[in-house]
Amino acid sequence: MKATEERQEGSVQGPGQAESGGVGDWLRGRLGFASVEALVAKKTVPLHRHSIWYYLGGMTLFLFTIQVVTGILLLLYYRPSAEEAFESVQFIMTDVSFGWLVRSIHSWSANLMIATLFVHMFTVYFLKAYRKPRECTWVTGVLLLFLSLAFGFSGYLLPWNSLAFFATRVGTEIPRVIPGVGEFFMRFLRGGDEVTGATLTRFFGFHVAILPAVTTVVLGIHIWLVQFHGMSRPLREEGTERREMKFFPNFLLRDIMGWLVALALLAALAALFPWELGEKADPFAPAPAGIRPEWFFLFSFETLKLLPAHILFIEGELLGVVGFTAGAMFWLLVPFLDRKAARGEPSPAFTVLGILIVLYMAVMTGIGFLS
Amino acid sequence: MRSTNETSSRRRFVNYLLQTSIGAVAVSVFYPVLSFLTPPRIAESAEATVVAGKITEIAPNTGKIFKFGSKAGLLIRTPSGELKAFSATCTHLDCTVQYRGDLQGIWCACHDGHYDLNGRNVAGPPPRPLDQYVVNLRGDEIIVSRG
Repeated sequence: MKATEERQEGSVQGPGQAESGGVGDWLRGRLGFASVEALVAKKTVPLHRHSIWYYLGGMTLFLFTIQVVTGILLLLYYRPSAEEAFESVQFIMTDVSFGWLVRSIHSWSANLMIATLFVHMFTVYFLKAYRKPRECTWVTGVLLLFLSLAFGFSGYLLPWNSLAFFATRVGTEIPRVIPGVGEFFMRFLRGGDEVTGATLTRFFGFHVAILPAVTTVVLGIHIWLVQFHGMSRPLREEGTERREMKFFPNFLLRDIMGWLVALALLAALAALFPWELGEKADPFAPAPAGIRPEWFFLFSFETLKLLPAHILFIEGELLGVVGFTAGAMFWLLVPFLDRKAARGEPSPAFTVLGILIVLYMAVMTGIGFLS
Repeated sequence: MRSTNETSSRRRFVNYLLQTSIGAVAVSVFYPVLSFLTPPRIAESAEATVVAGKITEIAPNTGKIFKFGSKAGLLIRTPSGELKAFSATCTHLDCTVQYRGDLQGIWCACHDGHYDLNGRNVAGPPPRPLDQYVVNLRGDEIIVSRG
């Protein structure tokens, strides 16, 4: 009996032997750090012409962490009802110590996070890092993109200002054109037939509970998969001499340098360009001129604006929605469609397609800003 | 041989029971949750007429938004002095339209939709005309009713 016990202790890096080495060793013996340490020690980052892009994922993660921290802080003062939401954000901006800073950082960091996420995604796309065996990493990444857009859309409404009010009316009306489930989906989003205080409360629930919960799971899988497969090397670098950098501490320290720069940038942006609050939403006022959604929805907004009312006998809107849904599905399933990349061959068709998509988004966003 | 068959068919039966029970538990959990997420229908206000304002308040070539139950309506006075009322909800994507004196027409700011003085969609993405209401005068009060 005693022998068995001893053997068990030995197999989990016995506390007996660790006790001598202080608190660190004491914990190591009890929390199973050994496997994490082994993983960290083994992790390396390939060095080549495109290594710079490896920083974008970590940068997005850092900005996400900023979102979590500032979001929790805002939660302490924000009130999710049509009567109080606008006033509570006003209170945060004017009365709470550093409230302007926390809220402005939350808004700026949200926008920078979407930006780094897009850059991260397109570099992964163009380097074909989604190819076998990293299909699931790509799929979880695209799901994180959708979740981030949902975060952006739901968070935009929370200050309950008139721009956000009409953006939400438009945004939640769009799925209505889907035959069959459209009506149900619209009511599900709005919490009723119209955009009201019920919508605000619901979006608040999405923004601070449901989306964070789902994101935690998907992000956990995404990060686990990155560790499991290691960093992808671009196809062109496969044959060349393998040069690597240790992740810990070499790459992480460089990561942290980038994060510090991002933190300084956020503070500067928040101080120089505090996020505007606008005017309180009035459901019985006409939509204000110059209304537009956040920049990352501009290309789809502009597309809907340019589509004529009817194309043949189909409503232009429906065609737009079908098009964007098909595009999103395509994007999600890219690794399974790009058979050449899966075999380790160059796939110029997908590169060209990616360039066209980037051009389309850039041109439409540009038109959206100028018009 | 026979006993193996018997065991495997028993096992299949037990598995079947287990899986259907898990399915039943899942349904009994998800059905209430999904129903909870679907907002209840609130009866529309049955108001058929509303006082939209006074004739003295509205000059020719202007418009104003009025409350029609829970929705917004748009009352306009054309350059020739005629009164008209429409639903203020753009038929494209649910924004609230406004009267533009400089365009002598109704305009939606969200996606640049244009309607003429009869509420007909004349430019931009709106797929249908605005719903029109009936306007009557009672003294100097403007009464709007559903057609």
